[in-house]
Amino acid sequence: MNNYLLVIIILVYFGVLFLIALWSDKNVNSKWVNNPYVYSLSLGVYCSAWTYYGSVGIAATSGISFLTTYLGPVIAAPLWVYVLRKILRIVKYQKISSIADFIALRYGNHRFIGALVTVICLLGIIPYISLQLKAISETFQIITNETNVKRIFLFEDTTFYIAVLIALFATFFGTQTTDTTDKRRGIVFIVAIESLVKLLIFIIIGVYVTFFIYDGTTDLFQQANTSFDVYKLSTISSLTEGVNMFYMIAISFIAIFLLPRQFQMSVVSNDREYHLKTAIWLFPLYLLLFNLFVIYIAWAGNLNFDSSAVNPDYYTLLLPLKYDSFWLALLVFIGGLSAVISMVVVSTVALSNMVSNSLIIPYGFLDTFNKNNPEENTKYIKNIRRFSIFTLIILAYIFYFNFSIEITLFSIGYISFVIIAQLAPSFFIGMFWTKGNSFGAILGISSGFLVVVYTLIVPFICDAIFNNYHFTENGPFGIALLKPYNLFGLNFLTPTTNAFFWSMTVNVVMYLVGSMYVKGTYRERNYAELFVSNSNDFALFSETAYVWKGEAYIADIRNVLEKFLGIEKTNRAINLFFAKNKIPKNTVKADAKFINFSEKLLTGIIGSTSSKILISNVIKEQPVSLTEILKILEESKETLSNNKFLKEKSDQLIRLTQELKSVNEELVLKDQQKDDFLDTVAHELKTPITAIKSSAEVLMFDDEMPADLKQKFLNNIVDDTNRLTKLINNILDLEKLANGREQLDISNNNIQETVLKAIHFVEQSAADKQIVIKNNVKSLFFRYDDDRILQVFSNLLTNAIKFVERQTGLIELNLKEDTNFVYISVEDNGKGIPEEDFEYIFDKFYQSKNQTTKKPVGSGFGLSICKHIVESHKGIIWVEQKSKGVRFFVKLPK
Amino acid sequence: MKKILIVDDEPNIVMSLEYALQKNGFEVFVARDGQEALDILKKKVPDLVLLDIMMPNVDGYETLQRIKENEKLAAVKVLFLSAKNKPADIEKGLQLGAAGYVTKPFSLKKMITEINELLS
Repeated sequence: MNNYLLVIIILVYFGVLFLIALWSDKNVNSKWVNNPYVYSLSLGVYCSAWTYYGSVGIAATSGISFLTTYLGPVIAAPLWVYVLRKILRIVKYQKISSIADFIALRYGNHRFIGALVTVICLLGIIPYISLQLKAISETFQIITNETNVKRIFLFEDTTFYIAVLIALFATFFGTQTTDTTDKRRGIVFIVAIESLVKLLIFIIIGVYVTFFIYDGTTDLFQQANTSFDVYKLSTISSLTEGVNMFYMIAISFIAIFLLPRQFQMSVVSNDREYHLKTAIWLFPLYLLLFNLFVIYIAWAGNLNFDSSAVNPDYYTLLLPLKYDSFWLALLVFIGGLSAVISMVVVSTVALSNMVSNSLIIPYGFLDTFNKNNPEENTKYIKNIRRFSIFTLIILAYIFYFNFSIEITLFSIGYISFVIIAQLAPSFFIGMFWTKGNSFGAILGISSGFLVVVYTLIVPFICDAIFNNYHFTENGPFGIALLKPYNLFGLNFLTPTTNAFFWSMTVNVVMYLVGSMYVKGTYRERNYAELFVSNSNDFALFSETAYVWKGEAYIADIRNVLEKFLGIEKTNRAINLFFAKNKIPKNTVKADAKFINFSEKLLTGIIGSTSSKILISNVIKEQPVSLTEILKILEESKETLSNNKFLKEKSDQLIRLTQELKSVNEELVLKDQQKDDFLDTVAHELKTPITAIKSSAEVLMFDDEMPADLKQKFLNNIVDDTNRLTKLINNILDLEKLANGREQLDISNNNIQETVLKAIHFVEQSAADKQIVIKNNVKSLFFRYDDDRILQVFSNLLTNAIKFVERQTGLIELNLKEDTNFVYISVEDNGKGIPEEDFEYIFDKFYQSKNQTTKKPVGSGFGLSICKHIVESHKGIIWVEQKSKGVRFFVKLPK
Repeated sequence: MKKILIVDDEPNIVMSLEYALQKNGFEVFVARDGQEALDILKKKVPDLVLLDIMMPNVDGYETLQRIKENEKLAAVKVLFLSAKNKPADIEKGLQLGAAGYVTKPFSLKKMITEINELLS
């Protein structure tokens, strides 16, 4: 075919794509453009030229291991529900625009990690892009039937022009806005269309080969079976192959998450979370359909061609050409071109975002931004991206031009995958383990990558480019254990799986060790919590979890925002934020929430790392160390305990108030008692005085009174005077005892003698009433005030005499002792004391109603005085009821 | 001859009162407390009762109330004779229907004058 005609066809195809992209960009909300099927199909960007051509090649030479590339994603599909949803929520909330942003943010918005991830992606993806260019170039040659494999001069190579066209396309649709979180509907839609195109064409060629060249699958199988070992190509032949397949599946499982173009399509470009629900079944189905005819095309190819003479990768082109279906071959070429365009466009757009946001801007161009106005800043960022896209494609082209001639599609594809897989531990473990930190991530990624360099890239360069097999066959310096393909004697893995196994092992171990050995900073721990925490509470959690300390002015931050968003957009965003958080418009100082908000606003445009740096330029943030966080926690705890303290104080005050109240009540009562006491004393004093006065008056006015009567009145006066004296003495006694002013005269005395003296005092009145006093008190010496204790017993005896009946009255005294105390009891068989009076009888002026004497003898002070005397001896006096009468107890310490 | 009942638990005071009143031409009965007074009042109706307040068993106030409840004793005049000299105590005694209230220590001479006035 004339190559100019083909070039025209290619140009027309690009033109059609351009128009479709333009249309969809204008109709972003059309149901044709924004639906779950478009989303699911856009994930088909996974199937690059590598898949489109390469699987057939693998199936033709190595058998079913081509399936591993698809089994990974199929296994991953059910997990998406959980993992991808979590990723989506984090990404949407934090306005993350790339895998580099995601990993950097997880480790505290770490600038170096963002750059490291970007570099790893570049190293993994540039060869992959050159692989695509190689496919274009080679298929172009097959179609145009040119024998000259490669132009010596760059500008004579059609591939170069195709690369430039792709770059223009990616630049035009990939950098329309500066906000990288913009969904880029045009590209998504084009990728979805192309996914459909390449799938349909692949099925058409599959059907053509199976049913038109051959007579269906049975015919093809029988023919193949007769000419070569079909079984070898359709079963897992050994455990070794099984193990290798397992690792291959793992690699592609990781790739479906971490390949920048997959992240771009499945996460960044995701518009609605529910689109995932369709993708979960549609994407695996897509991959299944893609692989339906691979094995048959491979068999047919093997039947028609010598696999060593032609490249089995291109059986899909060679077969229709051989059977004179030129237009079908052209169609296959267009399908391949579709696969290349989507892969290259999406990869370069994703990588250019990473290069600008995680590499170039954070590492040097920030000052330029601050000085410029918003239009210029936007232009500047766009130019960086455009430049990145072109540079990436040119680099890929140079790589292709110089190195990739001899390398099969398949091997370069897997090298890419293994390199990208180095991000997996930091990415996956980091999402579920808060302790993973930046140190561990850097250590893991770097060491894993170095292992890949040693086990895969260096040998690859030696073997494929310099044709020097010494290093891979003998190891460095001839050390067999260090042979890169069979590290430490592990000899059953293929070079790719060997590299994957060792790099992943080292990566994971270093990540874990690094994370556990070094403690992360406060910022990292904040973000770690954010990423790991339950995705459902994500928004809520991140609003409150942000610990920030320092001083920042809203005006300063507004300045920065205006440079990137423009005045109008900045005002709108800030006003919205103020309204939402109910902050007054004239607020001057920014809080953590506002800073967080501003960072996120900028993140979409220049990436999280850059926005973090820009914002921190205008705020005076003081680093918050872990101890300070603990202090903040401590302070809030202190506030709590202060509150607790205040509560205790107030409780105490309430208690004190109550105590005061009761003391006051007691005082009022005491005052009342004092008044009553004085009343009673006055009354008691007045009685004998009245008697004395009236007797004196009688004597005064009656001269004729008989002498004996006169004598009687005079006696009465003397009696009442004595009574008065005794009363006054008792009152004074009681006051002295009650106030503790009375000094006891304590000496060693015999209690028997004291009791006998008391009995002697009352003997007369007892004899008058014909009362028997029975004394059982034995002789016992101990220390007490003899006079006072005598007073106690004479009082008790006097009382007893008052309460017993004439003639039948019996008073009995007894003594008991234990090691420390002496108990003397005075009991009678009198009328007793009403139980309710027991607590009052020792009060002053208590006089029982049950006295048998007509006129109560005594002052009413008796028992009160007794109580004071006993208590000043540190003893106790109490009373017990008997069946008839009472029993007083005096307990004194020995 | 006018009859007077003395109710007091202080024997020495009673003795002086009894002697002085008899000397002034009254017929005198004596009770040692309220209960004893009420017992005597069942048999005899005096013209005047000299009533102490602070007494065992039945006190002066109660005794007066019981006297007032008894229609037969409607004409009997009661004169309180007490050491309690607070206005509240005096008020209470007069409200219960006493004809007078003499505080201890009293003047025998003045009291006999007052008794004569009450009974004239």
